[in-house]
Amino acid sequence: MSATLPAELRLTHLQQLEAEAIGIMREVVAQCERPVMLYSIGKDSSVLLHLARKAFFPGRIPFPLLHVDTTWKFREMISFRQRMADEIGFDLIVHTNAEGVAQGINPFDHGSKNYTDIMKTQALRQALDAGRFDAAFGGARRDEEKSRAKERVFSFRDAHHRWDPKNQRPELWNLYNGRVNQGESIRVFPMSNWTELDVWQYIHVEQIPIVPLYFAAERPVVERDGVLIMVDDDRFVFDEGEVAEQRLVRFRTLGCYPLSGAIESTATTLPEIIGEMLVATRSEREGRVIDFDQSGSMEQKKREGYF
Amino acid sequence: MDLLRLLTCGSVDDGKSTLIGRLLHDSQLIYEDVLASLEADSATQGSAGDQVDLALLMDGLRAEREQGITIDVAYRYFSTARRTFIIADTPGHPQYTRNMATGASTCDLAVILIDARHGVLPQTKRHSYIASLLGIGQVVVAVNKMDLVGWSQDRFTEICEDYRSFAKPLGFGQPYFLPMSALLGDNVVDASGNLGWFDGPPLLEHLETVDIDARVELEHFRMPVQLVFRPDANFRGYAGTIASGVLRPGDEVAALPLGLISTVERIATFDGDLDVAGPGRAVTVTLVDDIDVSRGDLLVTPGSEPQRAHDLDAMVVWMSEASAESGSSYLLQTANTVSNCTIRNVRHRVDINTGAHEQTPGLGLNDIGHCVITSDRELAFDAYSVNRATGSFVLVDRLTNATVAAGMIIGAASAWNRTPDAALVRQRSEISDAERAIRFGQQPCTILLTGLTAAGKSTLATALERELFDRGKVSIRLDGENVRMGISRDLGFSTQERSENLRRVSEVARLVNGQGLIAIAAMVAPDRDVRQRARDLVGVDRYVVVFVDTPIEVCRERDPHGLYAMADSGEIPRFPGVSADFDRPTDADLRVDTSTQDVDECIDAIVRMLTERGFLRGPSTP
Repeated sequence: MSATLPAELRLTHLQQLEAEAIGIMREVVAQCERPVMLYSIGKDSSVLLHLARKAFFPGRIPFPLLHVDTTWKFREMISFRQRMADEIGFDLIVHTNAEGVAQGINPFDHGSKNYTDIMKTQALRQALDAGRFDAAFGGARRDEEKSRAKERVFSFRDAHHRWDPKNQRPELWNLYNGRVNQGESIRVFPMSNWTELDVWQYIHVEQIPIVPLYFAAERPVVERDGVLIMVDDDRFVFDEGEVAEQRLVRFRTLGCYPLSGAIESTATTLPEIIGEMLVATRSEREGRVIDFDQSGSMEQKKREGYF
Repeated sequence: MDLLRLLTCGSVDDGKSTLIGRLLHDSQLIYEDVLASLEADSATQGSAGDQVDLALLMDGLRAEREQGITIDVAYRYFSTARRTFIIADTPGHPQYTRNMATGASTCDLAVILIDARHGVLPQTKRHSYIASLLGIGQVVVAVNKMDLVGWSQDRFTEICEDYRSFAKPLGFGQPYFLPMSALLGDNVVDASGNLGWFDGPPLLEHLETVDIDARVELEHFRMPVQLVFRPDANFRGYAGTIASGVLRPGDEVAALPLGLISTVERIATFDGDLDVAGPGRAVTVTLVDDIDVSRGDLLVTPGSEPQRAHDLDAMVVWMSEASAESGSSYLLQTANTVSNCTIRNVRHRVDINTGAHEQTPGLGLNDIGHCVITSDRELAFDAYSVNRATGSFVLVDRLTNATVAAGMIIGAASAWNRTPDAALVRQRSEISDAERAIRFGQQPCTILLTGLTAAGKSTLATALERELFDRGKVSIRLDGENVRMGISRDLGFSTQERSENLRRVSEVARLVNGQGLIAIAAMVAPDRDVRQRARDLVGVDRYVVVFVDTPIEVCRERDPHGLYAMADSGEIPRFPGVSADFDRPTDADLRVDTSTQDVDECIDAIVRMLTERGFLRGPSTP
């Protein structure tokens, strides 16, 4: 905005956000004994992974990545996960709630609330307990949802992984307090200050690989209550009279395929996606069915330990 | 920079949340479905009648929505073609100093909202004080709800003048005063037709163009080492984010606390080596020499090093229900270190509505106080006013791990601030002041002769002592150089040590004044604040400052010990008048100039002044 700072020292807002995230990741590695990065394979996770590579360059990423696999992820996500692990070379932990699988828990018969609780929230707790992790990185952003606007960068969880919005540590400057007692942990959100637009711009500028599902393509979908659900495999349970139809769609967020809504789009390149973003009239989480279960539902899930 | 972090402060009713909602709404960045859910919420919870209650957008947590107040810091994001913005929204409720300090700690600019109907309120002062304390340099004073005062220019001008008069000491430079109506959208994004008499830019345009780069510190390089990378035998790098200053390969750096010096070899990043890196960059630095550097070290430019001390003077915002008392121990976390510390002394608490200092045994939740803190390891730091990153700290409870306080370092604590042990009892004399005045025929006072090196202070002090002696008066001469041969033998010439030397001389002067004697102190005493502390210690009524205002050229010519030459060559660092400031006294009781007045003239002037002030006679007989 002014000439008081030499051009060579000026940082773009993406460079500033990047530096902040790198500083946060390094701080966690310095302060915590057993950090882990939650890797959901989505675009935010892809950015987080990229930031981790930058933060610890020229070394390897000094913590494992954890993927909570509900067994209902898009097939393309799982193949992408493998490709990334092969190309980048990180330690990958894949955890599935075996009890949930044994009970045949699925999103069609058990409702999104129960399913998410058992296959995601419970599974995540199991994996964190098993690894005795005292810090877990996540790609959540404050702009995603109202209750996240107040989330700390270092978010304290008790021994039961619970988040108490009234009992969070004050966070000033870039001084992060990652101290925990036995069994307690910290969830860390290095991308707290990023917006969805920042994420897309950064992916574009940095040429970060992402799952192809983010780009528009002809895909088989079913329209339910105004939400487009992709038929990703033969486990899909059709309601009476439903048939899959081919539509040109893409996804703004990825999760379990029966719970991820697609949007109709012709954007097949990042600039086109960003172009759609700039005229976006739908906020990102609308595509996620779970948020509409009950009033204040995300806040409720977070208290219970959902990421 | 392209990213502006701003803080909005105002009370529940000032329309703060409405303002932010309006900014987001009018810059068309509220997504339609969020807006739709707001419309549904407004019907049951809103307080804006039939209109969409934009404030609901900001109030995230359910419990808070029901109470109708925001009780934490909420962050909002939007961008325009010119800049990206992060808004920290903090509550105006009196109890939540803690949250506002948290929000302010990362912000460059504060928008302080004033309800045009109510004008400047105690909370306005509170918000302004905290913004100033946390080092925010840019302030927008938004006089909101102008629609409710008939868009009155007179009312606006009145509020601006009120604000200016109380905010003068807060150091905001020029606040930007802006009349607006957030509810109706006047002067938020678009200029207002209702406020035709105002010709400044609306809020958004101001935020897009305000200069925030001027405060980026480029002079003194500081980088706290977060991690040491040794991925293989050939690479040893120090990872950290540059807090201030500029770094290039080939630059010398010193690694504190050991102070070992080496040269920067590479500034390595994932995207390739950098030729130059400035504040805010996260980098990995390699050095030419294999010196011992570890996490917690501070890389700095040799020669412009930070202060180092175990004892800190700091302003502390207390953030915990568990209060602090003198003697309480915590972990002290700075940008680069964690140490054990003790709050040795709470000097005072600040009444943030008035700025008044209050005596207090401790600090409770939301109190702001001036504390002396002692760390069990030597800390390297800058004053917070100079460098936010190296001048800030948090205190952590060792049992619960909770962050209980935030601190802003003023400087190394000195004996000036130390309170004597409470167990000590002052022994009283049996001789009264009146008896002494009769015996000595004088009233005790302390005369400080201040001025540059070789200005003639010692010569005048000696002559004054002679003159008083010949008049039958009893004085004690405290020459700055002489005391350094004895009671100040342990002191050097740093700012802090000069300050301590004046403190000791002042304490001696106070003692001898208490015995009825006149003290003559000849000291450079270059620092205005330190002189004022000396005055307060001795007592305003018996403290006399004589400014020996000899021009520096004359002092240089005299220079009996060649000190100026040594200062010029850098052999003596921080030499007042050459490489350090000499604050010219503006409140001296007398000014003399030994280049134009001879010694007798100067002494005559001093004695005349002392006589006029009544110091040279005994108790007046009735």
